[in-house]
Amino acid sequence: MILCSPGDTSAFTSVEGRILQVQKNYFQNREFSFTLKDDIYVRYQSFSTQTELEKEMQKMNPYKIDIGAIYSHRPNQHNTVKSGTFQALEKELVFDIDMTDYDDVRSCCSAADICCKCWTLMTIAIHILDRALREDFGFQHLLWVYSGRRGVHCWVCDEAARKLSVAARSAVAEYLSLVKGGEETLKKVVLTDPIHPFIRESLAVVERYFPRYALQEQDILGRKESVDKVLALMPEDVRKELQQDFQNEKKPENRWKLVKEQANRKQGTAKRGQYFEKEIMLQYCYPRLDVNVSKGVNHLLKSPFSVHPKTGRISVPMDLKELETFDPFAVPTISQICEELDRPRTEEEKSEDTKEKENEKDAAERRKIRDYKRTSLAKYVKYFDQFLEKMARSWKGELLKKSDLQKDF
Amino acid sequence: MQFSSRRKKYNTNSQTELYLHPLQFYGQPPLENISLSEFEAFAVDRLKLLKTIENLGVSYVKLSEQYTKKLESESKALNFLYRPDADDRKSSGPTEYEKRRKDHISHFILRLAYCQTEDLRRWFIQQEVDLFRYRFNELHPKQKLEFLHRNNLQYDTISVEEKKALQDKLVNSSYAVSGITVEDQDFYKVPFQDALDLVRTRKVYLKAGYVFIPHQDIVTIVLNDFRTRLSKALALTARSLPAVHSDERLQPLLNHLSHAYVGQDYSIQKNVGKISLEQIDSLSGKSFPLCMRQLHQSLRENHHLRHGGRMQYGLFLKGIGLSLEQALQFWRSEFIRGKVDADKFDKAYAYSIRHMFGKEGKRTDYTPYSCMKVILSNPPSQGDHHGCPFRHSEPELLKQKLQFYKVSPSGISQILELVKGMHYQLACQKYFELTHNMEDASFSLNHPNQYFIESQKVLGGGKDLKREMDIPQRSQENSATRGPSAAPEAAANASQELAEVTEELDSFFQDA
Repeated sequence: MILCSPGDTSAFTSVEGRILQVQKNYFQNREFSFTLKDDIYVRYQSFSTQTELEKEMQKMNPYKIDIGAIYSHRPNQHNTVKSGTFQALEKELVFDIDMTDYDDVRSCCSAADICCKCWTLMTIAIHILDRALREDFGFQHLLWVYSGRRGVHCWVCDEAARKLSVAARSAVAEYLSLVKGGEETLKKVVLTDPIHPFIRESLAVVERYFPRYALQEQDILGRKESVDKVLALMPEDVRKELQQDFQNEKKPENRWKLVKEQANRKQGTAKRGQYFEKEIMLQYCYPRLDVNVSKGVNHLLKSPFSVHPKTGRISVPMDLKELETFDPFAVPTISQICEELDRPRTEEEKSEDTKEKENEKDAAERRKIRDYKRTSLAKYVKYFDQFLEKMARSWKGELLKKSDLQKDF
Repeated sequence: MQFSSRRKKYNTNSQTELYLHPLQFYGQPPLENISLSEFEAFAVDRLKLLKTIENLGVSYVKLSEQYTKKLESESKALNFLYRPDADDRKSSGPTEYEKRRKDHISHFILRLAYCQTEDLRRWFIQQEVDLFRYRFNELHPKQKLEFLHRNNLQYDTISVEEKKALQDKLVNSSYAVSGITVEDQDFYKVPFQDALDLVRTRKVYLKAGYVFIPHQDIVTIVLNDFRTRLSKALALTARSLPAVHSDERLQPLLNHLSHAYVGQDYSIQKNVGKISLEQIDSLSGKSFPLCMRQLHQSLRENHHLRHGGRMQYGLFLKGIGLSLEQALQFWRSEFIRGKVDADKFDKAYAYSIRHMFGKEGKRTDYTPYSCMKVILSNPPSQGDHHGCPFRHSEPELLKQKLQFYKVSPSGISQILELVKGMHYQLACQKYFELTHNMEDASFSLNHPNQYFIESQKVLGGGKDLKREMDIPQRSQENSATRGPSAAPEAAANASQELAEVTEELDSFFQDA
């Protein structure tokens, strides 16, 4: 298994075996953590080379592998460092969207379960957050990863993102947060004038999915308990009128039309509480992120391409070009990969093997690399390589710019 | 953000130049010699100013009319600059130049005192940022621009065309931005990392990592910059502190500045003997602050108090007017009801009471503890009843206690809010207001004995206690008002007073 960390180009091995070192000791100072059998958790793991990492993984057989920050010193030597000087220096800005955070607004599943109906929530989340992180914040190198069970992660790998302070990370996460409140809060989204361009953009995405996702699949205006929940989010006078109207109108799409009409009326007259129909859409669809995951500079997050211990699915990177057709249930599992690896090699593959017998070591490496191509992982690794290449290009661009500047006086 | 690296050394000429401007970033420390008395006087004055700012900041909305009015009058009283224009022709006191010099010097002295711990740093930075915000706000628009340029905040403005193109987005991003704002004002393009507060609350238009800020709001940016610079500077200062501490003249001063109580000390009692022992029980319910009421109740219930409690309560009683004889009688009669017999009391406890009154040992007349001292020093442990209940009691227990003392539920939640914000003295002040049925206490609570006096005033014991208000201020405050134009002999007197004051300060922090 080839493990690559999004920010560590010094550790990634592309198909041709390139290794790029952008910054000294980047990989050596990266923290990894393993969760072993019986829930034993070991932190502050660090490695000098990729081989060392692989060997340790094979030896320890971790159930979970997490990636943390780049520290000032090698994490596995942190106890030898003078207290106070061991610090996290950089880390990718990350986001974790977890389906359980939507339990109050999805009726098809709950807790760890997901299905194709509620998966739309992840699609919406990715569209909204990806746009905001790129267009509003100017980030370019975003990697979206399926968590393996019930959510997605986003790794923002721009240099500016890696160097953000705790305050900055928390500010970014708050900017992106619209749904607030826990069990006791009924109305989790409140909009006031003026409506910020970010909210408008997000609403545009939600509106695209709302009719099919909420009105049809989740049937929020069909079943009585759901209807009551939706009505509870409206001003009292509107609620009363609609309760009446709904006696005669049973079709969810038409019911929603009535809701919008009420909203239009309110927006013309009232100064407060007039955006309830937007608020409802956002409460049911807008991404819910855990600010605490994004805030910490030393927070550890599941490594892409690791195996989810409960489902066996691989945490694969997601190509946003194919987002609409992404199916979490079609993501390869570890047993599937093993099966695919065990398949007899074809004639073509066997002939390539003999060609490379000259250089023993390289051949082993290359076969290892080629092996994944025989599995369903191939397309995901390819996508990941493209992502890394794009990052490498932008560094090279930066380096050139810097060296140009240095020639100036 | 770009900063030019100005590595030139400042000589006194450029310092003079610095004082031509009403506001500065405190980038360069002062480079002159000053007397010890000026050193302390300046620092104490600035500390008073910062404490005022802290109090005002919790009682009023920052930069509201009441806030600025009160802050202006306090700045005036303390001879800190308050006029952006250096118009010296009118004023009779210290010149604007002198005020700015004092501002400069006092800031750097307090840096030394407040860089040592995280808590002190946080407090100092918060008050300095608020002070800066107030002063920046008072500048004329032209002066604001001048300040920005002089301090190398090179944010670019966007062109008129770009403004037009973004007009709708700009207007919809902020309640305060209208179409007119966009037309009239310059908009600055600032990296989002420099405007986190605006980003966090989504009060600004964000595009490609930049926020677009109208000139009127550039303050937030400037404040963040000020805060960051000060934070870094304090960290550096902390590292050079050992060198400063090795100077014996400065070390005690700096230590006490960070704990200093700078008001009346209630050690001179003009009403000795006016309180009778029989009154104490009822007074404890009516006019004692919560800490003393609690101590009194524990004493009555357990017929005993441990050392910390005896000191805090005993000195307080001295401050409200108990004589030594009364005090001895009071403690003795209570302790005898407990496990202590008369002999043991005379042997073990009487000595320490006489010590409190200055009749034993060093014969220093110890002063009653200020709120600051009660809150910061000697936290209570198991079996203790001293300390500040707002600081040291668990919120649940505090709530129960307040309920027991019949404070209204809404009052209790107001108090608990203040406690959550760590505003212990304001919580006690609120307790005062609630128990005396008042809207506004009209004093800033700093001392338990002050609480007692104010309470007695309100409850009608006004006549006798009016004289209390004439208690002379401590000697160091006298030397401060003399100002830098004092003659050398005044300076010599001042340093002698300083020695006495230092000893007095020392006594605050010694237990008998």
